[in-house]
Amino acid sequence: MLKYIVKRLLMSVLILLGVSMIIYFLIRLMPVDFIQDKINAINQGGATVSEETVNAMYEMYGLGDNSFLGILKGYLSWLGALATFDLGTSFVYARPVADVIFEHMGISFAIALIATVFEFLIAIPLGITAATHQYSFRDYLVTVLVMIGISLPSFFFGQMLKDVLALKLGWFPASGLVNATASNTGMALLLDYAKHCFIPILTIVILSIGARMRMTRTNMLEVMNSDYIRTARAKGLKESVVVNKHAFRNTLIPMVTSLAGLLPSLFSGAIITEQVFDLPGIGNIALDAMNRGDIPFIMGYNMFLALLSVIGVLLADLMYGIVDPRVKLE
Amino acid sequence: MEEQTKNEALETQNTEVPLDKTVRLMSPTRMVVRRFFRSKLSIVGLVMVISLFLFSFVGPLVYTEWGEIELDESGKTEYSVSQTTYTVNGREYVVRQTTEKSLKDNFLAPPSAEHILGTDNEGYDIFVRLMYGGRISLIVSFIAVFLITVLGVIMGGIAGFFGGAIDNIIMRLCDVLICLPGIPILLIISTILDASEIDAKYRIYLLMIYLTFISWPGTARLVRGQILSLREQEYMVAAEAMGYSAPRKIFKHLVPNVMPQLIVQMSLSLGSMILYEATLSYLNLGVKAPYAAWGTMINIISTNQDILQNHLNVWVPAGICIVIAVLGFNFIGDGLRDALDPKARR
Repeated sequence: MLKYIVKRLLMSVLILLGVSMIIYFLIRLMPVDFIQDKINAINQGGATVSEETVNAMYEMYGLGDNSFLGILKGYLSWLGALATFDLGTSFVYARPVADVIFEHMGISFAIALIATVFEFLIAIPLGITAATHQYSFRDYLVTVLVMIGISLPSFFFGQMLKDVLALKLGWFPASGLVNATASNTGMALLLDYAKHCFIPILTIVILSIGARMRMTRTNMLEVMNSDYIRTARAKGLKESVVVNKHAFRNTLIPMVTSLAGLLPSLFSGAIITEQVFDLPGIGNIALDAMNRGDIPFIMGYNMFLALLSVIGVLLADLMYGIVDPRVKLE
Repeated sequence: MEEQTKNEALETQNTEVPLDKTVRLMSPTRMVVRRFFRSKLSIVGLVMVISLFLFSFVGPLVYTEWGEIELDESGKTEYSVSQTTYTVNGREYVVRQTTEKSLKDNFLAPPSAEHILGTDNEGYDIFVRLMYGGRISLIVSFIAVFLITVLGVIMGGIAGFFGGAIDNIIMRLCDVLICLPGIPILLIISTILDASEIDAKYRIYLLMIYLTFISWPGTARLVRGQILSLREQEYMVAAEAMGYSAPRKIFKHLVPNVMPQLIVQMSLSLGSMILYEATLSYLNLGVKAPYAAWGTMINIISTNQDILQNHLNVWVPAGICIVIAVLGFNFIGDGLRDALDPKARR
């Protein structure tokens, strides 16, 4: 087991190295030029920037050489800094990238966590009823509804909810995280957060219920057809006990395994949803950084996502071994 | 599938004469088709997809009143009312002033006989742009899914068949590509495309081709997993004994047996590709103005609150089209999965 974990960890490091190389070279090929934008801003202010200053600025940000070797050198220095746990300094925020990421991660994490809890609470019962009433009207109704949920583009559905619930009915604020005009504290502030996050969370929950419900349904159907369920029924147990105690518990194996796979989505932020509702989450910040050519931040953010998905896959495999004793990891 | 072809060969020899009169001979393909059409949802999905295809590809040929990038220049008069209050001798006088402004383009027109769904903020006919947008979305997703499948089958087939070092290299490459965050990477590639000054009409195709480069590992893993178990079967020993070449063994004997799973995956990923394309266009990274795509048509509401609230005819139809397309492909994929699953008895 330990040997397996060590081997997998070493492999993960190699994978991340490959990912970082691809991302770095792609980012350096991006035409969005932070320095040029900055110089343009200075020029608009009336001052002129000399050629030497421009070159010095490029050198200072480490973007002087755009040949293959220059990019390679940039990559190696990024990697060298990473070895000392330094993700570099964000161009836009002029602060360490890691700080910026952690600062904005909280809100994304809170939204994703609450959405995931609701997703499970709603999707699992739906999946169970659909499975126990297979091919009935109820099964079709639930299936069709959640399939519509899966098929909705997040930007379209988010804007629609915003239009109806926030702008037309005025029940919730349309965007942002806090009410800027009121300076709330304590419970009032928390309530304000909740009000602002309601529609984004609703959007995410409705879009994600489908996959979870269908997974529950498939697993339940598989278990319901097995012999020990017949045995349970034969010895005269109540149907509710059969379903909830005997069948459902055995669908938990794939459920728990998929829990580890959720890890990236918990921390990575929903780029589109955050953009629609203008939330200061990490996804929205990253989208902004990409438009402004903030190379260290884009690099840090993408590597953060890659790291999460590597850990997610590893955890899922480990969990599988823990939850299901029949599985041997090698 | 191998058995199926054998059965079909037998059938043609026997000219479909069953041993017993009460037994009806049915090829596996026909059984699959029958099971597929027994599900109401698959039929609904098929109808949705076919009608969208007709709408997008035949529609513009039938309804030729407006073109994709043809502005309605019939003009429009805009009235703006300004109100001023004067207080003279303690009495209030309200003066309303109406300014009339003539504009060249007939933009944001409400639905009428002339414009079935009205015009957008530029003065393009929305109904017609829905058709052209559908063309782009459908073509682009089909190309992407086709390329992903071809690349995935080749890589997965090679990895599964040869095993050893080749398998290891290909699978590690898959691991790396799977860890690349999808949307951010496409955002980066898209800005790179901007710089290359490629024609607005073709950039979405190029973008989707890049998408295939990072999306094939899913298919490759599926194919590899199947081939690993299939290559131990007796008929592969027979193929070995016949002295067939490796490509023949992979692509004629192994890959056809993975087809059921591949077909299901293809139809499901068609839906997700449409969503991908729409999301990119919504972020203004896919199809760019003046050309239409469903996502591009919704893009306007991210900056324009007035259209979001008061001109639903501009953006809601495009969203509905996306939902119909994705839902249709999902229903078909689901129906195919049930129909192709040999374990399903119904």
